[in-house]
Amino acid sequence: MKREEWDVSGDTTGISHIATPGALDLSHGPILYLESIQVDFDGFKALNDLTLTVDAGELHCIIGPNGAGKTTMMDVITGKTRPDSGTAFFGQTIDLTVLTEAQIAAAGIGRKFQKPTVFEALTVHENLALAMKTDKSVWASLVSRLSSEQEDKIDETLRLIRLTEFASRPAGSLSHGQKQWLEIGMLLMQEPKLLLLDEPAAGMTDEETERSGELFLSLAGDYSLIVVEHDMAFIRQISRKVTVLHEGRVLAEGTLDKVQADERVIEVYLGR
Amino acid sequence: MKTSALNTGSRKPSLARRLFGRQGGWAILSFAAFTLVVIPALNLLVPAESAFHLQIHWVSLSGKIMCYAIAALALDLVWGYTGILSLGHGFFFALGGYAIGMYLMRVIDPAGLPPFMVFLDWKDVPWFWRGTGNFLYVFLLVPLVSGFLAFAFGFFAFRSRIKGVYFSIITQAMTLASMLLFFRNETGFGGNNGFTGFTRILGRDITAPGTRVSLFMLTALTLIAAFCVSRYIVTSKLGRVLTAIRDAESRVMFSGYDPLPYKLFIWTFSAILSAVAGALFVPQVGIINPSEMSPAHSVEIAIWVAVGGRGTLVGPIVGAGLVNGVKSWFTVSFPEVWLYALGGIFVLVTLFLPRGILGLFDGVEKT
Repeated sequence: MKREEWDVSGDTTGISHIATPGALDLSHGPILYLESIQVDFDGFKALNDLTLTVDAGELHCIIGPNGAGKTTMMDVITGKTRPDSGTAFFGQTIDLTVLTEAQIAAAGIGRKFQKPTVFEALTVHENLALAMKTDKSVWASLVSRLSSEQEDKIDETLRLIRLTEFASRPAGSLSHGQKQWLEIGMLLMQEPKLLLLDEPAAGMTDEETERSGELFLSLAGDYSLIVVEHDMAFIRQISRKVTVLHEGRVLAEGTLDKVQADERVIEVYLGR
Repeated sequence: MKTSALNTGSRKPSLARRLFGRQGGWAILSFAAFTLVVIPALNLLVPAESAFHLQIHWVSLSGKIMCYAIAALALDLVWGYTGILSLGHGFFFALGGYAIGMYLMRVIDPAGLPPFMVFLDWKDVPWFWRGTGNFLYVFLLVPLVSGFLAFAFGFFAFRSRIKGVYFSIITQAMTLASMLLFFRNETGFGGNNGFTGFTRILGRDITAPGTRVSLFMLTALTLIAAFCVSRYIVTSKLGRVLTAIRDAESRVMFSGYDPLPYKLFIWTFSAILSAVAGALFVPQVGIINPSEMSPAHSVEIAIWVAVGGRGTLVGPIVGAGLVNGVKSWFTVSFPEVWLYALGGIFVLVTLFLPRGILGLFDGVEKT
């Protein structure tokens, strides 16, 4: 059977593990499967038998004390760190443990770092143009010019992240909160299916935090989001489902009220 | 040349206007007029006894400095724009010089062998020098060999994600190792004397003023072409990706770009440009030897770029011109203090002009 004839809608069973970026199979609901992930840094188990499932269109919050493995988990999903054992699948078919960072990004996973990383020497507009989903080969970049649809898309994103009047300013001149938003805008330009946001509200004013919350809520549904956060008020604003990580494994899962009432979570957060 | 498109009105910005703006276009035209018309005329047409006659010595010196400017431009593409500091660009420069040097050695006596091979009692040229009596072949050899070696070196270095100071050290080692190899008599590169004693190029007397002025003009044209192509590259989206790699490589990767082909492209292009500069340099100075590959030479190229202003295209050209202008004055007047002066210039620029001389004119020149 040729690849084009493979049924990626999931109606047939038995064909899986197509390590090809692009064909995301959401037929069973979840967009991300992490199963028994183990990451060992010279004896320190950063992730210890971590199993986590994220449904398509879900806004999933991850909390946990320092060193719980939140960032390492992001690294595994984006291909920066290879797990020592365990499986990580994007949809039903895309094996994240064999793809490179660029391939994973092209497959539809966008990541925002803890510290905002934008291209400081380039303008806000250029930052968004670079991030846009398009042919990213050397030759294409050498000859490419923006089409009017692409310009429209950039304008639309600029409005969404409220940076329209800063479009031609160098990104390095933005405030901390604005950089966070620019980075989120850059993620959206990639048209990802799954967004990983590492402390997106860090360093933002209360007003900016609330606006970010509104933005994320409006994105959920069209996108799947994983948000790692410490700010409980922010999580209360946005969360539907919360997972608590501790020492590299899942400690509790459910609504915020449910996990906050969990004995073990209280113990981890408040000490025994 | 793109300059002819400068006057096509304002309907749609022409390629030349987009790349250089109005001022930049005129600056390039003036530079072209000066190097392609004024200087040749002052040497060839103005009689030697006139006060306006330009001695051939100055023409060749300017030609030599323009070769350095091309090499500096090449280094700036990888260092200033992409953040990859190569301290081995002198190696590629020398490679181009050796290729053209071998052609010049072969045409001294087309029927026999170059003198150093006769001296070593060789019966035939080594396999890798075969065909070098043909100018066209050598003309292709310069970009192909430098490009291939740079590609191979870059592929392994960038694939292993070697960056920053580690990369710089490896490039120093590369040029040092090559220098030691080229120093040996039996490797076929003329030992520590290198190649010299050239007499003719393309059938013409290499020391005749007409030939030397032609080489000068060819160098000026190459510099202009290299500048225009570099300008096209850095203003394209590719150029912005390179800047992005310099500033936040991991973000580039998470944006779906593989930095490897981008780095390889600019690295290989830069190496070829250096080799072309070396190929233009050797016929004008009349010698190529392994000292051209010494690590200090490569460090000097980086100093020109830093002095002029890295991350700009005009900066390296200004830096190469200025430092070498000062150098030729120093080495005539006080040869023993030149290295101290060079070190002093570098320290002063690093302390007070971190963005080089071009940084002084911020806002005027933002290329």
